[in-house]
Order: sequence, then C-alpha cells, then structure tokens
Amino acid sequence: MENADQTLYQILDLAAAHFKVPRAKLTPDDDFFKTLGIDSLQALDLLTRLENHFHIELPDYELQGVTDFRTLAGRIQSRL
Amino acid sequence: MNQTATLSWEQKDGVIELALHREPCNEIGSATLDDLEKFAIALDDLERDSHTLIIYSRQSAGFCAGADLRELYWRSQELEKGAAQRGVREFLERIHAVMNRIDASPLTTIAAVHGVTFGGGFELALVCDLIIAGKMARFCFPELRLGLVPGFGGIPRLKRDLGNAVVRDLLLTGRSWNATKAQQAGLVSQVVGEGEALRVARATATQLAKFDRRTAAAAKKFIKPIPHEELRREIDLFCDLFTQPAVEAGLKRFVENTTAQPYLP
Repeated sequence: MENADQTLYQILDLAAAHFKVPRAKLTPDDDFFKTLGIDSLQALDLLTRLENHFHIELPDYELQGVTDFRTLAGRIQSRL
Repeated sequence: MNQTATLSWEQKDGVIELALHREPCNEIGSATLDDLEKFAIALDDLERDSHTLIIYSRQSAGFCAGADLRELYWRSQELEKGAAQRGVREFLERIHAVMNRIDASPLTTIAAVHGVTFGGGFELALVCDLIIAGKMARFCFPELRLGLVPGFGGIPRLKRDLGNAVVRDLLLTGRSWNATKAQQAGLVSQVVGEGEALRVARATATQLAKFDRRTAAAAKKFIKPIPHEELRREIDLFCDLFTQPAVEAGLKRFVENTTAQPYLP
C-alpha cells in the first residue's frame, strides 16, 4: 500500500500527464482547478482516473470543497 | 443518414445507430425531445429490417448530462405557475412515451456510453437492454439536490433491473458511480477502454445478428416488463415536487452557478 506521500505524488504525476501540465509546475498545495485549468466535468474525469488508478471508490461528495492536491490525497489515502 | 438538430440515425446491416450530438453534452430539452419523437416514429419502419439498436454520443464530454435544466428554469420563469406545471407534465408525458417506445422495442438495444451519464442521460441508458461503458463513464442521479427526483423513468427502471437498495444508494446520496462500480452492481454489461464503447457495441450487434429475431424479441418481452404503474406514479411525484419552492431555488442556483464544481453533487 502506498504511504501518504506516495499517494500525493502519484496524483500529481497523473494530473500532470493527463492534463498536459508540466509536472514541475504542480505543488501539493495548489488549487488544482486553477493550476490545471479544469472545470467541474474535467474534475469528474480526474476523479474517475484516480479511482481507476488506485482501485478505490471515492464518493464525489467527499470532494465537495476540496481544491488542493494534498487534501485530495488525504481523501484517497483514507480509502486505500 | 437521417439528421436532425440534436440527433442522427442510420441503419446498416440490420443495426440502427442513433447518435446524440447536441452541445455541450446532449442535454435533453424541447429540441432533443422533438427529435427523439421523430426517431420513435421512424423506428416503426426501421425495426422491420433490424435486429439491434445502438444509442451513443458524439460529444466528447459524455453520453448525456441529463435534462436541460437551463431551459427548464427559464421556461418556468416565463410562465405563470399553473402553466409551468402543466408544461412540465406535458414534457414528462412525451419523454416517457419515447422512453417506453425504445424500452419495448423488439430489437435488442445497446447504450454505448462514455463520460457523463447523468440524470436523464442515465435514464436513457436504462431503457436499453445492455449498457456497454467506456472505463471513464460515470452514472449519477443528481436530482435530489434540486429538490426533485428523476423524471424520465429512471427510478422504476433501475429498481426493475437492480433493486431498491441500488436506487436508494444512488438517489438518496446523489453520488456518482464509475463504470467499474456500475459493472459490479450489474448495471453495466461490459467495461471497455476509452473510446471503445461504440466499437464493442457494434461487435456485440454482430453477435446478436446470429439469433432468430422473433425468438430474441419474445425473450426480451418475457424478461423485461415495463413498469407502467410505477412510471405513472413517478410522473405524479415529479410534478408534485416541482411545485415546491425548493425546486425553483435549486434550479436558480444551478443556472447561476459559476463555481468550478456545479456537477459535483
């Protein structure tokens, strides 16, 4: 099982690759809506990719109000 | 190829393909309803020489994001309350007629879905016999946050197919399911790679062509009764809820929402 840092960095890697943002531009406390330039539908796309990648189920209401990668990683870590 | 403003359909080798192509994500308003009714009329002839109907989306965002809530809100603002309520009931009666027509088709029907399959879009997929989903598909009934329930027949059909507990989970939490979860629950027949749903649906149609059409139609009729009574009650419940002040407030919030997360229930 991944530890919290591994989870966080996998999320950053996946987001950078999928949304074609330089990995070096992403930091754990970034607002991912702003940094990735995504809307709500793309956020759902990210959620699905993360669920598929980590083989978890993450109800979308757990993401209400979550905007930074670190908090997102915490939510995912709690499901691993 | 028959082309309307929001749909197109064609028939080839016994397979009818109905494509949804209204931007941004095939929201179902009066234009789509008009076109679906045209398709339902055309289906009477098309069915004679067909064995399979495939419904899919040409919009990259997904299969269908559901009812056109912006149209619903603005129309309800233009009309006095009684007229708005009558308009909603008429819309529901018409969309139910189309959904029931496809549900009862003697053809084997396949929804090839990807991305957002929400609300009325989920309900459209539920009229089909098989759902083939790209691995990025998501299914959701977000209606409760608007103070409503699904109105296009989703509750009775999901209950028919999967049972009451599944309806409660999706409806009462408003959460969305990914394709893997939906397959585990029995909703989705096959989960396929991104961009592969239509190809796999066509391959499935090739398999279906091997069977005697009358036998397949008789089997379907036996397996898949249409829950008419519950569908009728769903319309009544929706119309009853639509009169509540919470609905207008919920629709207004959605229409005016400029935050980044309006689709997250």
